[in-house]
Amino acid sequence: MLLSIEGLTKRYPGVVANDDVSFQIAAGSLHALLGENGAGKSTLVKAVYGLVRPDEGRMLLDGEPYAPDDPRAARAAGVTMVFQHFSLFDALTVAENVGLGMTERVRQRDLSERIRTVSRDYGLPLDPDARVGDLSAGERQRVEIVRCLLQDPRLLIMDEPTSVLTPQEAQILFATLRKLSAHGTAVLYISHKLDEIRALCSRATILRGGRLVDECDPRTTSSRELAERMVGGTLATPQLRKRDVGATALAVDVLDQPPASPFGVALRAVSFEVRAGEVLGVGGVAGNGQDELLSILSGEVRSRIGCVRLGDRDVSRLGPTARRTLGLSTAPEERLGHAAAPDMTLTENTIVTGARRMGLVRGGLIDWKRAAIAAAGVIRSFDVRTSGPHAAARSLSGGNLQKFVVGREIAQKPDVFAVNQPTWGVDAAAAAAIRQALVDLAAQGTAVVVISQDLDELLEVSDRFVALNEGRLSDPVPTAELTVERIGLMLGGAAGGPMPEAAVA
Amino acid sequence: MNGIDPALLIAALMVASTPILLAALGEMVVERAGVLNLGVEGMMIVGAVSGFIAAYGAGNAWAGFGAAILAGAALALIFGVLTQGLVSNQVATGLALTLFGLGLASLLGQGWVGLKGPGLGRMDLGPLADLPFLGRAVFRHDLVVYLSLGLVIVLNLFLFRSRAGLVLRSVGENAASAHALGYPVRAIRLAAIGFGGACAGLGGAYLSIVRVPQWSDGMTAGAGWIALAIVVFGAWRPGRVLVGAYLFGGISVLQLNLQAAGAELPIELLSASPYLVTILVLVLISRRRHRGGEAPADLGRPFHASA
Amino acid sequence: MIVLERRPAPSTAWQGLSPVLAVALTLVAGGLMFAALGNDPFAALRAIFWDPLFGEFAFFFRGQLLIKAAPLILIAVGLALGFRAGVWNIGAEGQYIVGALAGAAAGLAFYPADSRLILPMMIAAGAAGGIAWAMIPALLRVRFGTNEILVSLMLVYVAENLLASAAVGWLRNPDAVGFPGSRDLSRWGSSANPELIAGTGAHWGVAAALFAVVAAHVLLTRHITGFHIRLTGAAPRAAAFAGVNGGRLIVFCFAVSGGLAGMAGLFEVTGPAGQISIDFASGYGFTAIIVAFLGRLHPIGILLAGLLMALTYVGGDNAATSLGLPVAAISAFQGMLLFFLLAVDVLTHFRLRWRPRGVAA
Repeated sequence: MLLSIEGLTKRYPGVVANDDVSFQIAAGSLHALLGENGAGKSTLVKAVYGLVRPDEGRMLLDGEPYAPDDPRAARAAGVTMVFQHFSLFDALTVAENVGLGMTERVRQRDLSERIRTVSRDYGLPLDPDARVGDLSAGERQRVEIVRCLLQDPRLLIMDEPTSVLTPQEAQILFATLRKLSAHGTAVLYISHKLDEIRALCSRATILRGGRLVDECDPRTTSSRELAERMVGGTLATPQLRKRDVGATALAVDVLDQPPASPFGVALRAVSFEVRAGEVLGVGGVAGNGQDELLSILSGEVRSRIGCVRLGDRDVSRLGPTARRTLGLSTAPEERLGHAAAPDMTLTENTIVTGARRMGLVRGGLIDWKRAAIAAAGVIRSFDVRTSGPHAAARSLSGGNLQKFVVGREIAQKPDVFAVNQPTWGVDAAAAAAIRQALVDLAAQGTAVVVISQDLDELLEVSDRFVALNEGRLSDPVPTAELTVERIGLMLGGAAGGPMPEAAVA
Repeated sequence: MNGIDPALLIAALMVASTPILLAALGEMVVERAGVLNLGVEGMMIVGAVSGFIAAYGAGNAWAGFGAAILAGAALALIFGVLTQGLVSNQVATGLALTLFGLGLASLLGQGWVGLKGPGLGRMDLGPLADLPFLGRAVFRHDLVVYLSLGLVIVLNLFLFRSRAGLVLRSVGENAASAHALGYPVRAIRLAAIGFGGACAGLGGAYLSIVRVPQWSDGMTAGAGWIALAIVVFGAWRPGRVLVGAYLFGGISVLQLNLQAAGAELPIELLSASPYLVTILVLVLISRRRHRGGEAPADLGRPFHASA
Repeated sequence: MIVLERRPAPSTAWQGLSPVLAVALTLVAGGLMFAALGNDPFAALRAIFWDPLFGEFAFFFRGQLLIKAAPLILIAVGLALGFRAGVWNIGAEGQYIVGALAGAAAGLAFYPADSRLILPMMIAAGAAGGIAWAMIPALLRVRFGTNEILVSLMLVYVAENLLASAAVGWLRNPDAVGFPGSRDLSRWGSSANPELIAGTGAHWGVAAALFAVVAAHVLLTRHITGFHIRLTGAAPRAAAFAGVNGGRLIVFCFAVSGGLAGMAGLFEVTGPAGQISIDFASGYGFTAIIVAFLGRLHPIGILLAGLLMALTYVGGDNAATSLGLPVAAISAFQGMLLFFLLAVDVLTHFRLRWRPRGVAA
């Protein structure tokens, strides 16, 4: 056995993140760690990588006690990790980024050479002198992987690696991981995407609520079984209601928008329409212009006259307040700090977008009583688990805060509602509730735009699908006609234009 | 404006610029690590007074510089402990440092006003000092002037050629990532803050020991704030910070010369001109900055690693 | 090892308690500082904090208290609005000077006319002067993104030079041969800002300060603009999402703080100071920053903090005359207070916890 984890326990105030977890990872194996958000996967791997010190239990690496003080110690022992977020430096070059993640010191010129070699060997092309901020999400992940591979790791931890990849890119990643495994490197693969795990891994450890609930061979276990063990119950899929599609509610016309920040994405010739009662799914890998598209719709960024029309009104030059008043509501991806102010109460956060449409401000003065009632209404209708309207937004779990944010907009009965990553980092039960709410909203005649990286989600809720790739939008395709391959090609930008009918079939 | 000797003007410019250059270089390193310390003015003036007292007491300028470095670093560490250890607001804490430093310096300097310090002789650069024009302009200064120029080169090598410099920059770019890779973000930032304080203290002492050379209350007169502006002007690069500091030094020397030469302009306007020029320069660079991000991405953002 | 743990929500108890704890810690550290200076710490603290209120000459000091507190409160209330929104006007001292200059110049233009309209007109001119001076950093920030901290601060030095040129030049009293300084505005009936209630020190500036406290409180708690100020400070992106016009908010905060600082300058020059002189600038604009933070950026808190800070001024003067304590010790003492306040502030957002050494945080 390469790594043995024995009775690992980690407590945080009010929550036990890992409760007496024990399992083993074999050398050269592809080992899956499965669990919902909040199941304790991150804490567990952070302990293995030296970012978190467990309260109880121990680890053995090759039979020797292993207790890394920090990630550098972990790397020295042959354990490396590819993060889902937060470990690259935009302003630095690929070589500098790789160098920072290595324990041994290598001269910059030798390092560039080694980066080229490794990236060739594993089919991960990279230019060592490129600035990381200019790379696509897939390329950025390559930087992280190459950084790990250069240290000849014995255990490679990967945290949700495919969330930033197209299906085709994911296939390339799997090939790389299989090659690694054949060379004797074990991979601990964290994911909640069951199909991937079943295709890739030979062993799966399932966590729920911080405890180890099951270990199995995912190749011989069905996705449904895995999912139910992960969630601890049966899963609800949104019930689609019959919807009548009405007139065009929102139209975006040949929108070109330069990036607002140095490493942002430019939107190019983006055009689409959404009709009342319809859900338009916007798929795409993170960092292809999703945030930019939402801020164009919310009014945080103004566009050229004539680009954004709400009904028969040009709202391109209007700000968020005016658009909301006219019936265009949005919910950005980042819940804490963007959609909601972390240290403010839910009542105050209701005023953030509901001031006008909920009638919470009269003659410039805030009606606090009404605001509290409105917040309580959102909490009740959307089953937000919290101590009440006076709770700070920060104190809510990700899923509950997202229910509140989405609920706050839906309660204002918008004509058009655009939401970015509605279920990112949200537990399965909350995600299902949010998807149901979106579908119900459309059934009541609202035009809904769902921007998401989760293709399953888009296939579930949307009527039509468009792909966003490097700031360009593909032509819409009815969801019913989609296949995974077709989506993959659209996301990769291969299908910029309309495809021949034959290819769809 | 006849009566102004260009060689002497350049010589005076270099002396006038040195305190600001030192303080700006220190603050540049601090900001490269992602920390905004608005307390430069306070650290400079405490450096000025403690440096003067130590130099006067020991009868040796170098004792003064040593004391000023320690005093500046000590004051900076108060800021460091508050912002890094206790996660206080960097802007407010920096302001507090300036206000506290001004009060403390005024308190320490009671009874030292108007005394004459030991002074600092110029370095013997042999034949270089006898060169026509250049000798008088550039090669007849004291060691600190050359040290400050050397610091520009050293910092350039450190930031862009050394691994330690790369780590420092990475902390300023993205503290969360640096932490995830196992770098001690807080310790690195504390070290940078201490270095910034030492530089500011030295710069202040250069004012009171060499430039003026005596102690008077409030003698830094905004030099610390100008150093902050020069860091922005210098786009967080040592070479450009040098250009900024010398530009500013040039303006202040020129206006003093104009005052002495009895120019037609009101004295108050001339005295205010360095500040007005600083504002003008800030406006010009903020227009430039709109185009590309040069500032460290995590500048001024507090970092608290959640376990 | 002590580690910090973020509270799920800011603690309201500590929000109120932390200034009290900070004052207590400052008293201890200040006492040590006075002892280091060779004074009896208890005598010094008594001279600063007790005697002005309850001592033999309290009748004299009490009047001084409101005179010092009024400008501090007036300026700090304005600054606090900006600080709450993350708009850093550090140049209130400059706006205070320019307000006084503008108001005095406007009044002296009518000298020696006798009209009850002159003082109100001067107050308006003072506010306008402060606003105009504050608009420079505000508009540069909005138009070009120029750092408002540095610009507003630089303008203090410019304003000081402007003051000097006024005192020796364009506002100099033409009847005073050779002496710098303007006419005595407190002795000219039309411009005088007199003590309204004998023995209290209360002049029109005190009334204005009280009004500003109430108005700012209502703005912050009831009005949508106040809500937008708080939202911008708490989460700038959420504010942009809510539809707050960031530029307009910056201009608003600078206008309010500049206007109030300008008025404070005007009340000072027509009352306690009496005339424009070279040493008219007394640092109120900087001390008000401490007052704003000490008052938790909260109008009512600022009222109390302003009185406390005024007490340290008055008491510091008292200690200087009776004990020979250096006047500068008081500014160091005030700076220390701000440090301690920022330090204990951590308790509002974090819990302190003991963890065995070696546990990675």
